Amino acid sequence: MSGPDLRGAAAIAGVAESDLGEVGPGRYALDLAAQAAGAALADAGLSTRDVDGLFCAIAGRGMAPLDVAEYLGVRPRYTDGTMVGGSSFVSHLHHAALAIAAGACHTALIVYGSTARSDSVHAGNGRGRLPAAPPETPSYEAAYRPRMPVTGYALAAARHMHQYGTTRAQLAEVAVAARQWARLNPRAFVRDPLTVEDVLASRIVSSPLSVLDCCLVTDGGGALVVTAADRAGHLRRPPVYLLGAGEAHWHRAISQMPDLTVTAATESSRRAYEMAKVGPQDVDVVQLYDAFTINTVLFLEDLGFCAKGEGGAFVSGGRIAPGGSLPVNTNGGGLSYCHPGMYGIFTLIEAARQIRGEAGERQQPDVTIALAHGNGGQLSSQATAILGSEQAL
Amino acid sequence: MSGPGKVADLRRAGLAPHLEYTERLAEGAVPFQSCEECRAAVFPPRVLCPACGAMELTWERSAGLGTVYSTSVLFPRGRDPYPVVLVDLDEGFRMMSTVTGTPAEEVAIGARVRAHVDPAGPDGPHVAFTLETGERDERP
Repeated sequence: MSGPDLRGAAAIAGVAESDLGEVGPGRYALDLAAQAAGAALADAGLSTRDVDGLFCAIAGRGMAPLDVAEYLGVRPRYTDGTMVGGSSFVSHLHHAALAIAAGACHTALIVYGSTARSDSVHAGNGRGRLPAAPPETPSYEAAYRPRMPVTGYALAAARHMHQYGTTRAQLAEVAVAARQWARLNPRAFVRDPLTVEDVLASRIVSSPLSVLDCCLVTDGGGALVVTAADRAGHLRRPPVYLLGAGEAHWHRAISQMPDLTVTAATESSRRAYEMAKVGPQDVDVVQLYDAFTINTVLFLEDLGFCAKGEGGAFVSGGRIAPGGSLPVNTNGGGLSYCHPGMYGIFTLIEAARQIRGEAGERQQPDVTIALAHGNGGQLSSQATAILGSEQAL
Repeated sequence: MSGPGKVADLRRAGLAPHLEYTERLAEGAVPFQSCEECRAAVFPPRVLCPACGAMELTWERSAGLGTVYSTSVLFPRGRDPYPVVLVDLDEGFRMMSTVTGTPAEEVAIGARVRAHVDPAGPDGPHVAFTLETGERDERP
């Protein structure tokens, strides 16, 4: 059963990041969220007074929408605090379009902030370790000391290698491509040259994944302003239309994921493509949540860019790197650009910038359709959005 | 109402599945639940069958034989490496666990394993596995 047709109903009118990297001490997640919100509204030529719909998620804050609304001084008539991990913000975009189409709000603000890196330094955990949160229900995994989230993704990678012959060198190609893109992005956190050999030689954290198969831990925030399509056409920036959106989640714990080589992105992307009336062959740039190198392989398969099992070969030989036939994660991704814990919002920001033609040295020619894909939990929650320029409508 | 009486009532009614699980585990069993309606094997413990939604679940004792579905070796600084595995038990449920008595890197996907209850550990008793020598699952 397909959901309501939202094709072209809503558009992204403004995008922004906050300061990224390592911003602390003395600054909080809400500070970064608000900095990004203010900049995204300015980008759209709007202000907090225009916001009547609020969508946000902040790790560790159960009432994030209340925190953010109070801080910004907005009184939304529609609020959504959906928290499904890093995919939350792609879900928020879908929900914002539904709310706008139903008349429940007119100008939606989607917002995120995190000081994960500064917090870990401050707490003496060692730089780059996400703080551990106590489980809210009994854990049937903790006794075995997995290092989460990396072990969950490592188990998926091991299974993909076993079933399809995927190699560590192929996974390393993902990290190398991300780094090559990051070298074109002045805001990327890590821009040193990187080779497949460097990745293979780096310390194994949870086999088969090494330190350089894992995303960064940085600070950072982001925001999007979404309005009804007719209004977006009269604002400061060219509108970036939502053509299609889809969501799916099948499990929370990795031990409950039925097949570790097939994610719910198969379902979320099918829903998004159907609504957008396009297929993977129509997509000019792909922004996907690369928390670990295996993510890019799994998602390129599940989003339909190659057959199941062929992801390792697909990412090799520079195909997804600058100059390759499919530009993937043109900002450098969670692996090299920024990763404050819940990266999904940055897939949308970069997709919008590529469509608006303002991505600087990394800008791809003639981008009319971009796919943004968020992942949350342990390959748990999947959300796909297909964005397009006016030409794509 | 609160206190031990309440807990006993909940347990009798099958509404405190984690408590029931840990008690059976402490007795040395590898417990799981089975749905009276659709016969699905259910783990982790629940009050409702995730396959069909029925609320009648029966406790079972696993024979403890299974196959490694996936494995990852962790390398903590200054400590021995150890494997974290996902095991498909022959009764049809999957659990995270570890394999003891074998070098971590030698635990392979497809290996047959046998469960035991390790009474030690900071979180109390838990299920661990050892390799079943000479037996290997040939499924792809």
